[in-house]
Amino acid sequence: MSRLVVASIGPASSVQDGGRLGAQRYGLTVSGAMDRLALAAANTLVGNEPLAAAVEIGPFGATFTARDGAVRVAISGAPRNADVAGRPVAMDTSVTLKDSETLTLGFARGGAFTYLAIEGGIKGEPVFGSLAVNARAGLGSPYPRPLQAGDEFSVDAATGAPELRLELPKPASGPIRVVLGPQDDEFDDANKALFLDSEWKISATSDRMGYRLEGPAIKHLHGHNIVSDGTVNGSIQVPGNGAPIALMMDRGTSGGYPKIATVITADVGRLAQTSAGTAFRFKAVSMAEAQDEARKFAQAIRSLPDRLRSADTVALNIEALSDANVAGYAVSAMDAGTWQVTAEP
Amino acid sequence: MAATLPPPRLLPSGDSAVAVEFSRTIDDAANQRVLALDKALAASPIDGITETVPTYRSLLVHYDPGRISFDALGEKILPIATQPLPPVTKARRWRIPVAYGGEHGIDLEDVAKALNTTPDDIVARHVAADYKVAMIGFTPGWSYLSGLDKSLHMSRRQNPRLLTPAGTISIGGIQAGIQCLAAPSGWHLLGRTPVRTYQLHRNPTFLTEPGDHVTFFAIDHKTFEEQDRAAEAGEIIAEQVVA
Repeated sequence: MSRLVVASIGPASSVQDGGRLGAQRYGLTVSGAMDRLALAAANTLVGNEPLAAAVEIGPFGATFTARDGAVRVAISGAPRNADVAGRPVAMDTSVTLKDSETLTLGFARGGAFTYLAIEGGIKGEPVFGSLAVNARAGLGSPYPRPLQAGDEFSVDAATGAPELRLELPKPASGPIRVVLGPQDDEFDDANKALFLDSEWKISATSDRMGYRLEGPAIKHLHGHNIVSDGTVNGSIQVPGNGAPIALMMDRGTSGGYPKIATVITADVGRLAQTSAGTAFRFKAVSMAEAQDEARKFAQAIRSLPDRLRSADTVALNIEALSDANVAGYAVSAMDAGTWQVTAEP
Repeated sequence: MAATLPPPRLLPSGDSAVAVEFSRTIDDAANQRVLALDKALAASPIDGITETVPTYRSLLVHYDPGRISFDALGEKILPIATQPLPPVTKARRWRIPVAYGGEHGIDLEDVAKALNTTPDDIVARHVAADYKVAMIGFTPGWSYLSGLDKSLHMSRRQNPRLLTPAGTISIGGIQAGIQCLAAPSGWHLLGRTPVRTYQLHRNPTFLTEPGDHVTFFAIDHKTFEEQDRAAEAGEIIAEQVVA
């Protein structure tokens, strides 16, 4: 066994997986990764099940050090500068840390959450089939709380498998798609239009429980108290002050504010990765379209292994490079997109 | 053949869940239909349903759109949801001890004042009622009860408290509640129970189920301390009656 030690880490970082399903009827929060596709991508790179537990790293930087042997990991999700002992590491690739080497991850450059998957997975005691941290209920393993410097994971020694990269399609862009309801009839047409036609920003006070939306106040038809009913990931509820909240993975299982719309499954991760302050819009789609997109999203996760490539084949992603430069970040070619310059020995 | 009941509304909750809504308000008849549908779906599962969450007036049905579409699921649920209710079967009843007032029920005196009566009278009315677990939600084990004495209906606090203790027994609006974990609350705190409705490493992890009946009885604060220690060690404490 090797160890992977958290040498430093910022807030909003915790172990997450596909979530804790089956006990919402008892009030048990689901939790799980904010961006499931990125979780699945990181896991696929190191040969884990797509929704296995990995480290969800919040917007700040983090460093991880291998001890007692080599550790193979992969990163996916919000792009960051990354290196192992000074050797640059591209997003969506695997990399092996030799004993005592440190993986350094910078701040997220756009987006919020990056996933660090560990070959062989994270060892812990599952509760309701999940290691996901739910700090409020004291659940999660090996640590039932956000990660802190000094925490460590017992991990399998690196297998020495060749390093891989994932050739991912260009991420979706455009408005965040929603299905209206379940309580859209608690709002008149003018307020539904205001919700759909306005520009929104995510408040800096958002967290894994909910994303608070800044924009015009949405008014209710009959007041803001409804009888509590069930919630889902992406429920957009409108409390008394008219500022909508998109419920995220640490949501309560029930809530008593009218829900004007629900983010489609395929776009929940995109919403999760929208940085605070970035303007975006919603777009209503039909149930048929939303379900079609949900099926494609599930298929995209299942087919990730087909997109694995050897890391030593150079693929210069001009688009990613140009996007990164347009965004005004000082980046080197090596950390923008999928260009892996060094082949592991 | 018995006449069928009026159909519920099928409210889309995104692409992977549907709220089967029997009423817009808190209504015991609607809650009975929610629980009956929940039971029926558990007894003969529909392929594609992943989880159900009963609430006061609706059953939230989570499903996998890769296995069943919204329309196909609705067509399967409606005939079940409009069936006449099955005869009432034996319900499980929990007798739950409560230490009322003082540090454990900091709102008891204010509630008594607001209702022009004494704390003892509030306790008497609270223990006299026969409650039913209408739903569990918000945080693990938080049991929302119907059946609160009408004379105890009062609006929630203007300023919700950011933290209320584990085991809090409270009332809010027309509802009563058993709260398991420490949590924010805008309800009026009458007392605390040593009973854990949720305890991770105990069997069962969750004590109460939607549909269970609940009554309360008063204990003194010294008994609370003793029972609280026993509960922490894994004892259930609540008395179960099959009525």
